Amino acid sequence: MADVAIEAEGLRKFYGRVRALDGIDLRVPVGTVLGLLGPNGAGKTTAVRILTTLLPPDGGSARVAGFDVATEAAKLRSKIGLAGQYAAVDENLTGAENLEMVGRLYHLPKGEPRARAAELLERFDLSDAADRLVRTYSGGMRRRLDLAAALVARPPVLFLDEPTTGLDPRSRLGLWETIESRVAGGTTVLLTTQYLDEADRLADRISVIDHGRVIAEGSSDELKDQVGGEHLEVTLESESDVEAAIVALEPVAAERPALVEGVLRMPIKQRRGTIAEAVRILNDAGIGIDDVAMRRPTLDDVFLTLTGHAAESADGDGDGEESGGER
Amino acid sequence: MSNFRHGISDTLVLAKRSFLRIPRAPDLLLSFTVQPIMFVLLFVYVFGGAIVTPGYDYVDFLMPGIIVQTMAFGGFVTALGLAEDLKKGLVDRFRSLPMSRSAVLAGRTLADVATNTVSIAIMIVVGVLAGFSFDAPVAHIAAGILLLLLFGYAFSWVFAFIGLSSSSPEASQSLGFILIFPLTFVSSAFVPVDSMPSALQAFAEVNPFTIVVDAMRSLFLGAPAGNSVWAAVAWSIGIAAVFAYLSVAKYKRAVVR
Ligand SMILES: Nc1ncnc2c1ncn2[C@@H]1O[C@H](COP(=O)(O)OP(=O)(O)OP(=O)(O)O)[C@@H](O)[C@H]1O
Ligand SMILES: [Mg+2]
Repeated sequence: MADVAIEAEGLRKFYGRVRALDGIDLRVPVGTVLGLLGPNGAGKTTAVRILTTLLPPDGGSARVAGFDVATEAAKLRSKIGLAGQYAAVDENLTGAENLEMVGRLYHLPKGEPRARAAELLERFDLSDAADRLVRTYSGGMRRRLDLAAALVARPPVLFLDEPTTGLDPRSRLGLWETIESRVAGGTTVLLTTQYLDEADRLADRISVIDHGRVIAEGSSDELKDQVGGEHLEVTLESESDVEAAIVALEPVAAERPALVEGVLRMPIKQRRGTIAEAVRILNDAGIGIDDVAMRRPTLDDVFLTLTGHAAESADGDGDGEESGGER
Repeated sequence: MSNFRHGISDTLVLAKRSFLRIPRAPDLLLSFTVQPIMFVLLFVYVFGGAIVTPGYDYVDFLMPGIIVQTMAFGGFVTALGLAEDLKKGLVDRFRSLPMSRSAVLAGRTLADVATNTVSIAIMIVVGVLAGFSFDAPVAHIAAGILLLLLFGYAFSWVFAFIGLSSSSPEASQSLGFILIFPLTFVSSAFVPVDSMPSALQAFAEVNPFTIVVDAMRSLFLGAPAGNSVWAAVAWSIGIAAVFAYLSVAKYKRAVVR
């Protein structure tokens, strides 16, 4: 129990006929980062809102920091920090006043709210703007202030809904470092993101969700392996040679090469010597080459493959998946 | 016990927040300073000559009524503020914090009491300049001011409910007008009730506004009160209690968008 910070079982949430969440299971060990990945409308924000007690689920149960979201919400709230998808800061207060107010509302000991505010403004590069009204802040500055607010009480569990959307590259890196140092100190983080490099770098485990369901779960490497190992990619000088190239490359390809956006893509039988072999084969066949490369799948591939796949199986039936029988 | 202490301190933190915004959003300041002045001047000098108020100069008749109306509208700041907090996601932030569930509302309504105090002062000064004079012992006048603040506080809770029920700040504004204007105009605030058609009269006589305005006339002008003062206090407390309950229940379930 004590070593799991976030645990959800069969979470459901319906908005009329929309199944925002359709039975989600999550398990995040203490001191680790779970990345929730999914296309727009997948249900990420809904999951975050349920786990932070903002929304009652229609089914299922969840515990955060050992407390039940439905029955122990008040205790749960003292253990979490939330930065929602849209910055929630008071426009008519200064940056410092905003953070101090949040510190007071967490009931931090006397003097602490002000000290924490100063510390976090510094950390998020807002010291110069500390005493300016937030309505004069830029979008990215508001975002940073909102993230700082989530950290005010050093909560053991952090929920960050697309935390780096709208941040410049420098602020983004700064936030990553801040999150990493919190996690090193034992904080548990659930973050949603559209940026796969972010999930790749920060998340220990990733849950890919689509249409309110978890469609894949694992570490970044595991997910990449699920999509397939290394691929050989060949770009030809002329597309009219494609058929000939597919036939010619058969000896090195583990499966029949596929044409993806003008690039011939194939899993390979072995890594060593394959590029040289492919070049030799194509030269012998008189097929002109523009580019040859080995590519390991990125999370982008994972995302596209998984969610593209899911979208197809939602209204088709030919997939042999056992999970979707009730529609 | 610490829950109770936290509740108080949360409320004060949020009242301070509502309060700080007043000088920072001066357009709001206008609405509760200039608007009442405008109302007094319009009624005294435009309608005053045409309205017969037996036993009183019109300005004396009008001032208690118009101050009560201003108190009722004081809660607009709460409705707009809450509707905005909902829209901007601040309510989400507050609801995710380990703070008291009623503090956001209690803080805002408390801040209204301060602005209402300022409005009362302005109204009295303007009224006196326009010819209004008190005709009651100081203790009654003081009690009258307290009753005004209590009534204003009750309506802040009405507006809290309106703000939380509206889809946008603009909607909360029109909803508020639709609710308050008939209540104030079909009451003894601006014209004697017996000058109205009988159907309206029946409504005006049971309208809490009439009761509060009559109570104010007795406290400020020594008019025969009956038991309207106690009835006014009871109405105010009742309205505050009912709408505080409804608003807090609504706040707990508040969903953004
Ligand atoms: N208040 C609401 N009323 C009706 N439908 C809603 C509401 N909130 C969310 N939904 C629906 O629930 C689904 C999931 O929404 P959610 O906001 O959780 O998606 P998301 O994964 O966070 O998307 P994004 O990447 O765009 O932020 C969507 O189809 C959305 O339209
Ligand atoms: Mg979202």
